[in-house]
Amino acid sequence: MTEAQPVTTTQPMARTCPFDPPSEYRTLREQSPVAEVTLPDGLRGWLITGYEEARAVLADPRFSSRRRGLRTGGAPAGDAPVPPPAPGMFILMDPPDHTRLRLLLTGQFTVRRMRQLTPAVEKIVAEHLDALAATEGRPVDLLQAFALPIPSLVICELLGVPYADRVEFQRNSATLIRIDATPEELQQAQQALNQFIGQLALAKRTEPGDDILSGLVRSGELTDEELAGVGVLLLLAGHETTANMIALATMCLLQNPGQWEALRADPSLMDGAVEELLRYLSVIQYGVRRTALEDVELGGHRIQAGSTVVACLPSGNRDTEHFSGDPEQLDVHRPYSPHLAFGHGIHQCLGQQLARVEMKAALAALIERFPTLRLAVPVEQVPMRDNMIVYGVHELPVTW
Amino acid sequence: MKITIDEDKCVGAGQCVLAAGEVFDQRDEDGIVVLLAPAPPQELWAQVEDAAARCPALAIEVEK
Repeated sequence: MTEAQPVTTTQPMARTCPFDPPSEYRTLREQSPVAEVTLPDGLRGWLITGYEEARAVLADPRFSSRRRGLRTGGAPAGDAPVPPPAPGMFILMDPPDHTRLRLLLTGQFTVRRMRQLTPAVEKIVAEHLDALAATEGRPVDLLQAFALPIPSLVICELLGVPYADRVEFQRNSATLIRIDATPEELQQAQQALNQFIGQLALAKRTEPGDDILSGLVRSGELTDEELAGVGVLLLLAGHETTANMIALATMCLLQNPGQWEALRADPSLMDGAVEELLRYLSVIQYGVRRTALEDVELGGHRIQAGSTVVACLPSGNRDTEHFSGDPEQLDVHRPYSPHLAFGHGIHQCLGQQLARVEMKAALAALIERFPTLRLAVPVEQVPMRDNMIVYGVHELPVTW
Repeated sequence: MKITIDEDKCVGAGQCVLAAGEVFDQRDEDGIVVLLAPAPPQELWAQVEDAAARCPALAIEVEK
């Protein structure tokens, strides 16, 4: 076959609109959905921008989750061997190690269990909106006043982590998902978080509660290091992702007043709107990485064993080959079609049902309670999280 | 329609329950799929096909 000339030699990173992935993805997807490029950390690797191709990679056991992470803050990774995953970090593991750890947790995050949490989540949401309504000063940062506390409180309650310790764990979590953090910063944040969870787990040995960490301690299945690693992963993944989705989704709806109005007029659209916002905003902005365990043919290319492969979720989620209508538009009426926002394959987000419950409760109540909400600064002045693995806003100044 | 599920492949993501809650459930203890209706009525077929398409672990097979 004639191979299309690569349209770019690097993974695009610069956005021209805060809600759209870099525009180069579209050209890549149309001309070369599997393309060899230079990744942001200097590695050569394969960028997968097509929906079907990304889904195929993520479901294929020949692509390992043991991988080189996206970091631009240290020396280029070069051809160094793929580092072994830290204990408990099951997102970086393959079966059977991954299976063993994930299955200890899946019962805690079922659809039924998460739906049962809905009243408790709605109560937390309502309390924060009461506090917001009582605020005298304007503007208010909706991230700190609303979007971040909701998932943080919920995951703290589920795990059995004191919410009072949030300043520290939120700061360390933020460091871990900064792509430009130095190796020293990463190590320090990781150690602090592991120590924090490790000490909590120790305390739960003598005074167990009705929470996930206590359950893991009681199971006797994990070493102390694994327990700390699993706890850190759940804590981080449980608040950073959803907080950013709530804040970015709010900003996006405010910039699309017709969509905001549609949800205000018909709250029954909210389930579909949550899926559409997840698809449209795809906050895992640089995609997820895999390592080829053997030579694999994909999209007319031969991907060699050892290569880094990036399944670009934001690009796949805009693929016109998969999504009907115009996937470049936000449309809360769009019929559901499986999207990649939570990933795909055996690593698909463990907490996705919790995220759905939280997003639905937060957005529905916010729109109902603050129908006149608006940005307090021009949209260009909202500081966007270009330097984070999880996209979103650093701050969302709003008024009403 | 005949549905086959593979418990060993299932990763407990819950997508099938969202897509077709009358046909699929999850075990409380580990979140693994439970088939409530191995031969569902025709009005549920579209939901079942959606569930199979969504399943991230490819653990649902559908024969018509």
